[in-house]
Amino acid sequence: MMTGVPLLDVRDLTIALPAGAERPYAVENLSFTLERGEILCVVGESGSGKSMTAHAVMGLLPKAVRVASGAIRLKGADVLSLPEPEQRELRGSRVAMIFQEPMTALNPLMRVGDQIDEVLRYHTTLDRAARRARVVELLASVGLPEPDLLRRSYPFRLSGGQRQRVMIAMALALEPDVLIADEPTTALDVTTQKQILDLIREIQATREMAVMFITHDFGVVAEIAHRVAVMQHGRLVEIGPALDVLTRPQHPYTRQLIAAVPHLIEHRDDDLAERKPVLTALGVNKTFHVGGGLFRRGRHVVAGDDISLTIHQGETVGLVGESGSGKSTLGRSIVGLIRPDAGRILFEGVDLLSLSRSRFRPYRRHLQMVFQDPYASLNPRHKVGDIITQGPVAFGADRHAAMQKARDLLKLVGLDASAVDRFPHEFSGGQRQRISIARALALEPKLLIADEPVSALDVSVQAQVLDLLEDLRHRLSLSMLFITHDLRVAAQICDTIAVMQKGRIVEIGPARQVFGDPRHAYTRSLLDAIPGKAWTQPHTAPEDQRQRDGMTHG
Amino acid sequence: MNAAFWRAYARNKGAVIGLAFLALVILLAVLADVLFPDSPWDMTTAPFQPPLSEGAPLGSDTLGRDIAAGIAHGARVSLLIGLTSTAVAVLIGVLLGAVAGFHGGWVDDAVMRFTELFQTIPNFVLAVVLVAIFTPSLASIVLAIAIVSWPPLARLARGEFLSLRNREFVQAAVTTGQSNLTIIVRQILPNSLSPIIVSASLMVATAILLESSLSFLGLGDPNLMSWGYMVGAARTVIRQAWWMSFFPGVAILLTVLALNLVGEGLNDALNPKLARKGRA
Repeated sequence: MMTGVPLLDVRDLTIALPAGAERPYAVENLSFTLERGEILCVVGESGSGKSMTAHAVMGLLPKAVRVASGAIRLKGADVLSLPEPEQRELRGSRVAMIFQEPMTALNPLMRVGDQIDEVLRYHTTLDRAARRARVVELLASVGLPEPDLLRRSYPFRLSGGQRQRVMIAMALALEPDVLIADEPTTALDVTTQKQILDLIREIQATREMAVMFITHDFGVVAEIAHRVAVMQHGRLVEIGPALDVLTRPQHPYTRQLIAAVPHLIEHRDDDLAERKPVLTALGVNKTFHVGGGLFRRGRHVVAGDDISLTIHQGETVGLVGESGSGKSTLGRSIVGLIRPDAGRILFEGVDLLSLSRSRFRPYRRHLQMVFQDPYASLNPRHKVGDIITQGPVAFGADRHAAMQKARDLLKLVGLDASAVDRFPHEFSGGQRQRISIARALALEPKLLIADEPVSALDVSVQAQVLDLLEDLRHRLSLSMLFITHDLRVAAQICDTIAVMQKGRIVEIGPARQVFGDPRHAYTRSLLDAIPGKAWTQPHTAPEDQRQRDGMTHG
Repeated sequence: MNAAFWRAYARNKGAVIGLAFLALVILLAVLADVLFPDSPWDMTTAPFQPPLSEGAPLGSDTLGRDIAAGIAHGARVSLLIGLTSTAVAVLIGVLLGAVAGFHGGWVDDAVMRFTELFQTIPNFVLAVVLVAIFTPSLASIVLAIAIVSWPPLARLARGEFLSLRNREFVQAAVTTGQSNLTIIVRQILPNSLSPIIVSASLMVATAILLESSLSFLGLGDPNLMSWGYMVGAARTVIRQAWWMSFFPGVAILLTVLALNLVGEGLNDALNPKLARKGRA
């Protein structure tokens, strides 16, 4: 494999950040090679410099950031030493890139066919008819149905997965040697992610391309990588064949990252039947009316279709499903942020939906919510102490006593009590989510609704927050409704799993049963789509043969 | 509102100059009684004295009143009316906008239609009519200016409230049982203040212009010396005595310009993202 010059050779690359940034270099002394026909996964958490590296190769670095030293060689030619027009020519035709968010990467005002056509017009001498044929051929090659019709669609008409396919078609237009994929599946649902990963792997194999695949998800790595490079704080900490890195990680950071990946194991007790129910939802319906006006009928989105669910004392119920399945709608209906059209939500025997605003208020303290985005859920102008005590004070607690309790709660969630006097922006995402949890706990709720509480966090932070929630629910005997799109996370923390699709609960049962013996076809397709499901994470014990056989690729 | 804010503000040189000039005008207004202890209506010298003459550094008007004294005392009136009418307009606008944006639905519809009713009537005409009906006085002028100025603020506040209403920290406040009033005042209002402050600062300038226009037409408070009145009274003799309308006119121009510069500086400092986009 190592014959002659490598296709892409990054040597001692150092990228300097502008003065006053968190650290002097985004990337430091980075060296790696990429050979024809291989998929190199670059893994790391946010701020590890993995995207900066990709942008440096593409020549897309922001103005304030510059390459301080090192070389990027493409087929032996040093890209950085070439004059700007030649750099552009080389990159345009030999390297292509796909991005995380296909909606923002496509021009919303241009038909997708025209956007691909534009690439061909600038870089090839093909005439109009030939270009059109090529566009159709490209769209067909990425598995899009009716390419001749789809060519004339605008991006907003397409689903997220279709948009990402269009992006890939555009990237393939000039038959590049290197494809750089920057978290191309992170914004997609799990089943769509699987399709896109399959597509990238297939295209890579048939065209003998080299792919540099940037991701934070070791599941995706296990699914697709031939080789893996692990980055931390701008430094390469480990690089090697996928099999070695995934089963015998050498560097402690790699080990820590792999250990933090949520895995599909359940160790839950099933004997919940005799516990008393805390909350029961019966036949909850909710339809959203989107658009429309006086003379025009809008679109209907069914977010709740006859949902029934019971949460017992001390039980964690996981509500899983893809985006738009209505899982958040149920969570928000329970805490009274959304009013369902029909149905009953019984809390300790009282139908919450039948209560007036003022009669519902006393129940609010028993039903608390942890939100998804730790950056949006804390008021940026309030001190942490105020944020936590506002709830208890609203329920008539003494300010001083509430503040004392806030200190205790901060300690409980693993922060320093001095945090009460600081503002949210002084904390990291994981710490903010801890504050958010402390705020919910300040009212001593009986039921905690966690709406995707870890999906905005890095994997190692995610593991810590999950551990915290797990610990708290045992210590405080909390009941919890845990809403997530990630089945691996659900498997780690939930006793009971409810799978939602298009506003319906299609399957509900003990976690062990749902994951071990799924009844519904949709559940099976969700489980099947989990990236890296065939990979068993190595534990501290030395790897055995079974784990090596478990690897599907590498 | 601290060192970082001032550093961002000071990056806009025009805003610093504007602020300095505004401070000068305020100082002039405050010290008017010390610098010119006599009433600006008193005849202190011969009429039609050109600038730099004895006892009248900026000249005297048709009745021998000191122009410089008029400008100093007029600064008080202009600033007083500018600030109070803006304060009243902000009060009305933010209150209605907040209610409309927070509650949405039919409340929003009703308040916004009411706002549009005011927006369809030309500002100045409405102000003239209101002052004429209520007889010109300080209070009626302030009220008239406030009534014609609040609609844009209501729309702005509504927009801010509408978008902040669905933010997670506001929803968190709802789930922790805080009352609507607490949520409006403590959670949403502080976060929507920046654009409101910016447009209020610009509105002070508009209010000063409106007051000058009203006085120019003779609808000013008859007991108060104001810049607009001075320009209006001198307009018949503009060919014989340019200084009578020139100096008060310059005072209006520079004060309004300074306020606009300050507003722009506030915008840069309070909305750093917008500012950077505008300057790149």
